[in-house]
Amino acid sequence: MTTTKPSYLENQSHRKGLASWIFSTDHKRIGVLYLISILIFFSVGVLIGVVMRLKMLWPGTHLYSAAAYNAFFTVHGVIQIFLFIIPGIPAAFGNFILPLQIGAKDVAFPRLNLLSWWVYVIGALLALTALFSGNGPPDTGWSFYVPYSLRTNTNVTLAVFAAFILGFSSILTGLNFITTIHRMRCPGMSWFRMPLFTWSLYATAWIQILATPILAVTLIMVMAERILNLGLFDPGRGGDPLLYQHLFWIYSHPAVYIMILPAMGVVSDVIPAFCRKNIYGYKAIAFSSLAIAFVGYLVWAHHMFTSGMSNTARMVFSLLTFLVAIPSGVKVFNWIATMYKASIKIEPPMLFAMTFLFLFAIGGLTGLLNGALATDVNVHETYYVVGHFHYTMFGGTGMGFFAALLYWFPKMTGKMYNKRTIVVAWAHIFVGFNLLYFTMMIMGWLGMPRRYYSYPPQYHTYHVVATVGSWILATGVFMFLGAFLVALKKGTKVAANPWDATTLEWKTASPPPTENFQTIPTVTGGPYEFKDGHPA
Amino acid sequence: MNAEKHPPVSLGTYLMVWLALLALTALTIAVASMHFGAWSVLAAIVIATIKGTLVLLYFMHLRYEDRMFRIMLLLALFTLAVIMLLTFVDVLLR
Amino acid sequence: MSTPTHEYHPDSTGSKIGMWLFLFTELLLFGGMFLLYAVYRLKNPADFHYASLNLDTKTGAINTAILLTSSLTMVLSIGMLERRHRKASLWFLIITIGFGVWFLVNKYLEWSHKIHHGIYPGSEELTGRTAGENLFYSLYFLMTGLHGIHVVAGMVVLGVMVWMIGKPHHRVLPVTALPVDAQAHAVSVTVEYSEDAKLDQQKLIRLENAGLYWHLVDVIWIFLFPLFYLIS
Repeated sequence: MTTTKPSYLENQSHRKGLASWIFSTDHKRIGVLYLISILIFFSVGVLIGVVMRLKMLWPGTHLYSAAAYNAFFTVHGVIQIFLFIIPGIPAAFGNFILPLQIGAKDVAFPRLNLLSWWVYVIGALLALTALFSGNGPPDTGWSFYVPYSLRTNTNVTLAVFAAFILGFSSILTGLNFITTIHRMRCPGMSWFRMPLFTWSLYATAWIQILATPILAVTLIMVMAERILNLGLFDPGRGGDPLLYQHLFWIYSHPAVYIMILPAMGVVSDVIPAFCRKNIYGYKAIAFSSLAIAFVGYLVWAHHMFTSGMSNTARMVFSLLTFLVAIPSGVKVFNWIATMYKASIKIEPPMLFAMTFLFLFAIGGLTGLLNGALATDVNVHETYYVVGHFHYTMFGGTGMGFFAALLYWFPKMTGKMYNKRTIVVAWAHIFVGFNLLYFTMMIMGWLGMPRRYYSYPPQYHTYHVVATVGSWILATGVFMFLGAFLVALKKGTKVAANPWDATTLEWKTASPPPTENFQTIPTVTGGPYEFKDGHPA
Repeated sequence: MNAEKHPPVSLGTYLMVWLALLALTALTIAVASMHFGAWSVLAAIVIATIKGTLVLLYFMHLRYEDRMFRIMLLLALFTLAVIMLLTFVDVLLR
Repeated sequence: MSTPTHEYHPDSTGSKIGMWLFLFTELLLFGGMFLLYAVYRLKNPADFHYASLNLDTKTGAINTAILLTSSLTMVLSIGMLERRHRKASLWFLIITIGFGVWFLVNKYLEWSHKIHHGIYPGSEELTGRTAGENLFYSLYFLMTGLHGIHVVAGMVVLGVMVWMIGKPHHRVLPVTALPVDAQAHAVSVTVEYSEDAKLDQQKLIRLENAGLYWHLVDVIWIFLFPLFYLIS
C-alpha cells in the first residue's frame, strides 16, 4: 500500500515559513503567490476606481483637484492593466493548473517561473514607488501619449520603467508555457486531447512573446527621450508623435487578447463541466484561439482613427477589425451550442461563466461600433469607449478570473466556499456592473468625454447613477473576495473532484501533492468525455 | 523524450560560411560605393538578409534542427513584417 | 528548492525552444526600432545620406568582421565541446569574448570621437542641425547603444560559460569504495558516470544556447551596419 504523498501546502523544503514560499520553484506555490499579489493589486485598483467615481458625483471642483484626478485614472489603468489583467489568469491559474492539466510534474523552467514572480513583484514595487515619490504619480493616462508624457514633471520615467520590468515577467511566463506545452504533455495527451484552457494559454503565450517586446522598445524610447532628449517623437525636430501611438498600440492591442483568451479558455473548461457533456466544436474553439491571436496583430490602429492617420490606413484597419470578431463569435456560438439541451448545473463557476457570456457579448457588440470608422469618430475618447472596454475587460476577463477562482479554489485548497454568499455577491456585482458601465455607454453616446474631471449639467444624473453602481459593484467584489478568505479558515473540506469534472487536474488530490500525481497518467481520450452525465 | 542528436557539423562547413560572410560584407561595401540611388537600400537589405540567413541556418543550426524551429522563426519574422507593412500603410499614404 | 529533487533529465530540445523564444523577443525589440528607422529614413532621405557620411565606414566594416569572426569562434567552441576537446572549447570561448572586447573598444572610440565633436543626444550642435540629421544620430546612438548593451550581456553569458566549462567535474573514487568479493578480491566494476554524462550534456546544451544568443547579437549588427554606415 503506497503512502499518500503530502500536499504542496505542506512544507517539504529545508526552508522555513515564508521563505519556503517565496523561494519555491513549485509551480503551484508560485501560482498561489501570483494569485495573492494579483488580488491585492486588483483590490487597490477597484478602490481607486471608487475614489474616481466619488468625485464624479458632482461637476466642478470637489474632493480633490483635477491634477489628482488625472493621476487617479492613470494609476487605475496602470494597476488594473499591468498588475491585474495581463498577468491575471495565466500567472495565477495557468501556473497552478497547466502542468496538472497536461499531466506534467511542473513547467519546463521552474526557476524561470519563480524569477517571473520576483520580476512581477519588483515591477509592482517600482510602480508603487512612482505613486508616492518625487513629483507624484503620472497624470498622462496609462497610455503615456507623447508629447505630454515627455514634458510632464510627474514620475513618468519611473512608472514606465516599472511597466518595462513587468513586461519581462509576462515574457518569461509565455516562454515557459510554450515550452511546457510542446515538451511535457503526458503519454497519450496529443495536441487535440489537451483541454481548451491549455490551448488558450498556448495562444496567449505566443502573444506574450511576440508583442511584449514592442512595448519594451516603446517604453525604452520614452525613457530615452525624457533622459537624453533625443527628439524622436518631437515634431519640431522631425519626429512623428503618431509613431509613438503606433508602437504603443502594436503591443497594447494584442495585449487585450492576452487578457481575454485565457478567460475564454476558462469558460471553455467550465461549460462542459457543468453541462455534463462534451464541448461543441472542440477544434473550432482551439483554432479560434490561434486565429484571434493572429488577427489581433492586424487591428491596432483602430485606437487611432482620429489621430491624423492616412485615410487609407483608417479604412484598412476598420475592415481588419471586423475580421477579429469572427473567431470570437465562433467561440460564443460553440459555447451556447454546448449548453443547448444540456443538463445544466448552475454552480458558482457556471454562474460566472454565463455572466461572462452575457457581459462579454455586450462588450463585443459595442466593439463593433468602435471598430466601424464612421461611428468611432463620434464615440472615440468618450465614455462609450470606457463602457466598452470595461464590459470586455471586467465583464469578460474579470468574470473569467472570478469563474476560474470559483472553479479551481477547491482544487488549490481542498476546501469549498459558501455558495450562498457567492450568489449574493454575484447579484451585487451584476447589478452594480451594469448600472455603472451601461450608464457610461449611454453618457458616452450623448457626448460625455472620458478622462474629464468635470461636465455640463445634462450629464449629472448619469454620473450619479454610475457612481451608485460603482458602490454596489465594489461591495459585491469585496463580498466575493471575502468569501474566499472565510473559506480558507472555515471552508468545508472537499474530495478530489467536487465538480465531477473530466480534465486531468481533477484526477489528483485536492490539494495536489507536490509532484502533482502519484503516478504520471496516461491519457486515452478527449478532455471532456462524459458518459451518462459522469466522467467517462 | 530527448533530443535527436545529429552528428556534429563539420568544421570545414563553418569556415566556408565564415568566408562567405566576409565576402558578402566586402560586396555590400562595394555596392554601396557605386551609387545606385534608391536601389542601394534594397541591395544592402538583400545582402544583409543573405548574411543573416547564413548565420541562422549554419551557425545557429536551423538547417539541422527540427522543422518546428524554422516555422517558429518564420512566424516571428512574419509578425514583424506585418507590423511594418501596416504601419507603412499609414506613413506612406498620409 | 522546496520540491523534492526531480530526477534530472536534460531536455535539450526544451531548452533550445526556450532560448529561441527569447531570441524572438529580441528580434521584435530591435524590429521596433528598425521600423522607426525605416519611417524616418523614408521621410528624410537626403539628411540620412548626408549624416551617414560622418560615420567611419572602415571602423564599421572592421566591427562587422570582428563580430562575424567571433561567431565563427563561437561555433568552433561548441564544435570542440561536442568532440570532447574541453580545453580547445575553452580557448575558442575566450577568444570570442576577446572579439567582443575589441568590438566594444572600437565602439567606444567611435562614440568618443562623435561626442568630442559635439554630436551626442540632445546636444546643441545636434539640435542645431536639420531634423533628419538629428533623427539619424538619435537613432544611431539609441540602436548601437542598445546593441552594445547586448554585446556586454553576451560577454557576461559567455564569461559564465567559461567558468562552467572550465571547472572539471570528474570524480575520484575513494579506494574504500571498490567492491570486493567474499575472498576480498577486487571485483571488476563498470563505473557508470551517469551523473557526469548528464552534466556534460547540460554543459553542451548551455553552451549551444549561449552561442545562439551571441549569434543573434551578430545578426542584429549585420543589419545595423549597412543601414547606418553604407547609405552614403
